Amino acid sequence: MAKVLQKANSFYDIYERKSGMNKDITHYCPGCGHGVLHKLIAEAIDDFDIRDRTILISPVGCSVFAYYYFRVGNIQAAHGRAPAVATGIKRAMPHSIVISYQGDGDLAAIGGNNIMQAANRGEKITVFFVNNAIYGMTGGQMAPTTIVGQKTTTSPYGRKPENEGYPVRMCELISTLEAPLYVERVALGDPRHTNKVRRAVRRGLKNQIENKGFSFVEVLSVCPSGWKMTSEQAKDWLQEEMVKYFPLGVYKDESSKVETTEAKPHVFTIDNINENLSIPTRESASDKVEKKPQQQYRNPKLIIAGFGGQGVLMLGLGLAQAGMEAGYQVSWIPSYGPEMRGGTANCHVNLSTERIGSPTVSQPSLLIAMNAPSLDKFEKQVVKNGMILYNTSLIDKKPERSDIESVGIPATEIADELGNTRVANMVVLGAYIGLTGILDKKTLFQALPKFIKRNAMIPLNEKAIERGIEFVQK
Amino acid sequence: MAGNDQEYPKVVIREDECKGCGLCIVSCPENVLFEQKHLNRQGFHPAGYKGQGCTGCTFCFYQCPEPGAITVYKKGYVEEEVS
Repeated sequence: MAKVLQKANSFYDIYERKSGMNKDITHYCPGCGHGVLHKLIAEAIDDFDIRDRTILISPVGCSVFAYYYFRVGNIQAAHGRAPAVATGIKRAMPHSIVISYQGDGDLAAIGGNNIMQAANRGEKITVFFVNNAIYGMTGGQMAPTTIVGQKTTTSPYGRKPENEGYPVRMCELISTLEAPLYVERVALGDPRHTNKVRRAVRRGLKNQIENKGFSFVEVLSVCPSGWKMTSEQAKDWLQEEMVKYFPLGVYKDESSKVETTEAKPHVFTIDNINENLSIPTRESASDKVEKKPQQQYRNPKLIIAGFGGQGVLMLGLGLAQAGMEAGYQVSWIPSYGPEMRGGTANCHVNLSTERIGSPTVSQPSLLIAMNAPSLDKFEKQVVKNGMILYNTSLIDKKPERSDIESVGIPATEIADELGNTRVANMVVLGAYIGLTGILDKKTLFQALPKFIKRNAMIPLNEKAIERGIEFVQK
Repeated sequence: MAGNDQEYPKVVIREDECKGCGLCIVSCPENVLFEQKHLNRQGFHPAGYKGQGCTGCTFCFYQCPEPGAITVYKKGYVEEEVS
């Protein structure tokens, strides 16, 4: 043991983050329990030589500013959410030592469920729960841990069980769960008790260093300011009154049953990320796509629009499905009104040999307009040298723009000849692949059963596609 | 401090960091700590060491809530250990 006991290296020499004057002292009141626990934690971090991989989560409460003092990684979490933040950090960085430092208002009231769930999952973190039986920072209001009969600013006649219920005993609750490894309640006070706190702090941290499991150390602490007592009175009241409601001792300790292991840091490479997410390694789409359409037709961004019921969404879906099977990256987003039939509908489709940044299309390179309002609405958005395919059966005018290629197809009439106007969408789809060569007919036919639910309809749809191709290639 | 070589444990209190809570004074088994009459920078009566009688038990160190206010030198300490 060191021959000189002094300020731990895990504290900053000067608390530069602290505002105002007096950057050499903490903001805690005289006699505050936080300072003592801070010292014990900092000393343990020094002794275990874990400062460079320790991350301390500060709560909301008086210890919100723990990051002023501890020379470790620090994150300040929203009220009660420290265990959730700790979970995220620990899972992303399993080799780090994650400490959740929380008060009783933070842990037992606002974050009551957060701590229970983290404990129940057995997250391999260490929680230091500082219980001083009130909300200290806000001026001494009643907390879940306020003991029966205790006077606070919000229980001026003393806590009454019939009105405010009984004090919540967190160690007892948590120790009923299966997953926690180590649960102990200790109390600050005389040197003998403080030494027990010191031991519990070290056990809590050691369990994490040995990668064993969830450790929960409840520290009964004093708040001379909130309790309106001198430091000495507060210490006595803790030992005489609080300990009666919150019996000290080890509630659970399975650490001897669990083997010590070493937590290894994650290595983040494309391959192991894909493996973790079960994404098969894919060759680049551009290698896979055999058919290369002419330059101006490559990587199209489409808006397909028409009445609801014209099969506009299915046209897009079919194109995306067949495109995917041909090896393209694809996206499809529908947009429609509340009407099933008769309303307006449109969808955005991307087919690309590159990754698709955004699935929405604001400047289409191709517009498929199945009715007149769709042509009016979207014509202006088409990029220069883009293309418009429009259904001349229902649109009796030509697109106004001259800087684009426009092709009219009497899709509804052709479909009607085939016996069902509802396959007009497939006529247009056939026309599109016939014109641009973005997909071949065979791939499209193979994809049909994936998006047409009724098998009986498939031959008709195939015929419609063929008629579309024939029409544009005539 | 005169008369205190390494054979004698001692306690050093940084008066400006002391908040006068008195926890070190009541914890000291040898009663060698006391509340000083004068006020420090923050307006507290800081604790002080009587100058002899410290056994290096470290009780005061672990009772004190202020990280840097108390330093305890145990018997046989080496001055180089002080940072």
